[in-house]
Amino acid sequence: MKTSSPLSKQAARSRVPEIITGCIIVAIYLLVFVLEQVVSPGSMLFSVLKKGATYALVAASMNLLNGFTGLFSLGQAGFMLIGAYVYSIFTIPVEVRHSVYQYYDGGIIQHTLPFFIALILGGIVAAIFAWLIGLPVLRLKSDYLAIATLGFAEIIRAIFQWGFLGPITNGSNALRLFPNFDSMNIRQGGDPSAPVSIYFSTTSAFIIAGICIALIFMLVNSTYGRAFKAIRDDEVSAEAMGINLARHKMLSFVISSFFAGIGGGMLAMFMSTVQAKNFTSGMTYEILLIVVIGGIGSLTGSIFSAFLFVACSEWWLRFLDNEMFLTPPAKIQFIVVAIAIIAAISLLTYFRNRHASPKKRKRVYLLTGIADVLLLGWLLWFQFMGGYQMPLLRNGFRSVVFAVVIMTVVLFFSRGIMGTKELPDLIRDIGRSGQNLYHWLCGKRGTGKSLKGGANDV
Amino acid sequence: MLKITDLHVAYGGIKALRGIDLEVPEGKIVTLIGANGAGKSTTLRAISGLVTPVQGSITYNGKQLLGMPINKIIEEGIVMVPEGRRVFPDMSVLENLKIGAYLRKDKAGIAEDIEWVYTLFPRLKERNWQMAGTLSGGEQQMLAVGRALLSRPKVLMMDEPSLGLAPLIVRDIFSIIKEINKQGMTILLIEQNANMALHVADIGYVLETGNITLKGPGKELLRDENVKRAYLGH
Repeated sequence: MKTSSPLSKQAARSRVPEIITGCIIVAIYLLVFVLEQVVSPGSMLFSVLKKGATYALVAASMNLLNGFTGLFSLGQAGFMLIGAYVYSIFTIPVEVRHSVYQYYDGGIIQHTLPFFIALILGGIVAAIFAWLIGLPVLRLKSDYLAIATLGFAEIIRAIFQWGFLGPITNGSNALRLFPNFDSMNIRQGGDPSAPVSIYFSTTSAFIIAGICIALIFMLVNSTYGRAFKAIRDDEVSAEAMGINLARHKMLSFVISSFFAGIGGGMLAMFMSTVQAKNFTSGMTYEILLIVVIGGIGSLTGSIFSAFLFVACSEWWLRFLDNEMFLTPPAKIQFIVVAIAIIAAISLLTYFRNRHASPKKRKRVYLLTGIADVLLLGWLLWFQFMGGYQMPLLRNGFRSVVFAVVIMTVVLFFSRGIMGTKELPDLIRDIGRSGQNLYHWLCGKRGTGKSLKGGANDV
Repeated sequence: MLKITDLHVAYGGIKALRGIDLEVPEGKIVTLIGANGAGKSTTLRAISGLVTPVQGSITYNGKQLLGMPINKIIEEGIVMVPEGRRVFPDMSVLENLKIGAYLRKDKAGIAEDIEWVYTLFPRLKERNWQMAGTLSGGEQQMLAVGRALLSRPKVLMMDEPSLGLAPLIVRDIFSIIKEINKQGMTILLIEQNANMALHVADIGYVLETGNITLKGPGKELLRDENVKRAYLGH
């Protein structure tokens, strides 16, 4: 309708950013596929990409609920658990079921489904659970809803470990030997023991997540998506427009859980074993962190920050958890860098508060001064009295860094990386700034103004 | 014709409406004036199905609206512009308008009506892609009216369209109300700005603590001593 309607030229927007976005996505898929053929399959890179794709899907599903419908739910780990269990229960080959369900006589389910049917089934079962608990829970608002869904996730985790359900869920024992992402690699003659001819495991993760996220994207931009956003923005108004609140909230909750279930199945494929105790509320918080950092209400943001988060927590920031010992010159280097950082932050605070009210300025300067003196004093102490162990780095410091990051994001960048923008909007903005820059360089400063009319920025 | 007879509404134990009778004839502007807490908004909320009355009847062209779900009432052509504008701040102007057409299925008709709203409010057209939350108060009111118009109402109910707007903008809004009315729309207007409302209205009702105390042509009410004293500040 956007293009075919008789809306004026002014109202119709150029489709170029959408085309560029499409090209970027195709390029990413090609790049992943090529990388997979070239780089050694044991590389950390693929592990990060696969888990990143999984988390991107789950974060997108959480964003559909939290960012687009305005329902604050913390049940994501519970729905992922359901998806993961359904997927693995139905894909373990019949011949190895005895070794997996060793305490339960091979379990009672003796069917094996193709992996994608099991994935979808996982989503459907998660959606059915969502519908059941949604009936009572969706009457609640904001924090109450969050508490109720969090409780649901905990209950599900306990129930799946219950020995009575052992013949189905294998109790508290792990499920394993089901097809994982590595089973997606194409082998010569289809023989599972033959060498791999085409690596496809990471690409397959990207394809599954990509299809699901594309579906979420289409939903968000449909009439339903508009109704979701209307509910988020103003329930009373939405109701006055004839939107059935209960039905749409339920729809959003069920669809979000469906995709969380598929995400859970993907996580099972990534981890190769499934055990209920891994699906803790900590997992939900990780996903919430991704959604908040990416921007509540931006799918692009969720995807981007999912990869960023997974790369940092699994790979780039691992070193924060390891103790490290410095050589004497490295110790000096560390102290110089630390002083530079302290000086930079102090200068930044100084310049930012130059025009603040005298009272605030005085207070800020005083606090900065005290912090500077303390930090520099500590550095001096470290140089002359301290040992050679790198300060702070030890087991658990990574979590501290993440906590500081989320506090910083929430306090100073509450809109996250992307705000509510998607990639095409971003490209449009970049294009507009580029145009303005061009006009400015050509000395035609005034002309950039006319572009403001179509602006989408806030 | 929208007809209300003996309507009682209560919130918990508190009676907001104590049996009002009201008629909105086809093609007219009817206004309901009254002080804070008189029950004006409650009347509108009862008509649009947002609150359930204790007793009474609300009929449109003889059809009972009481007990109908909200979306059916909208499909009957009775639509409300809520108090305080309440546009969807994080959605673009175009998306806001499309939400207004949420219950309609005819895509071509919707596109036509969007064009029509844009000719009524050229300002909105300039702001097509802008987030509604970044519009000025007057523009938001225009958007709220435009959004309601997109559901193709037969009766448009407006809850204090002048709330919090500068006098000049209020004049614009009222001239647009008259314009829409001239194109055949029936309008039920709720106002605290009695002077403005009675000037445009064909029929006026005065509501006091849940009862209709006065009824008459708008121009006549403007000259009424009681109305002058209580609502016009003379």
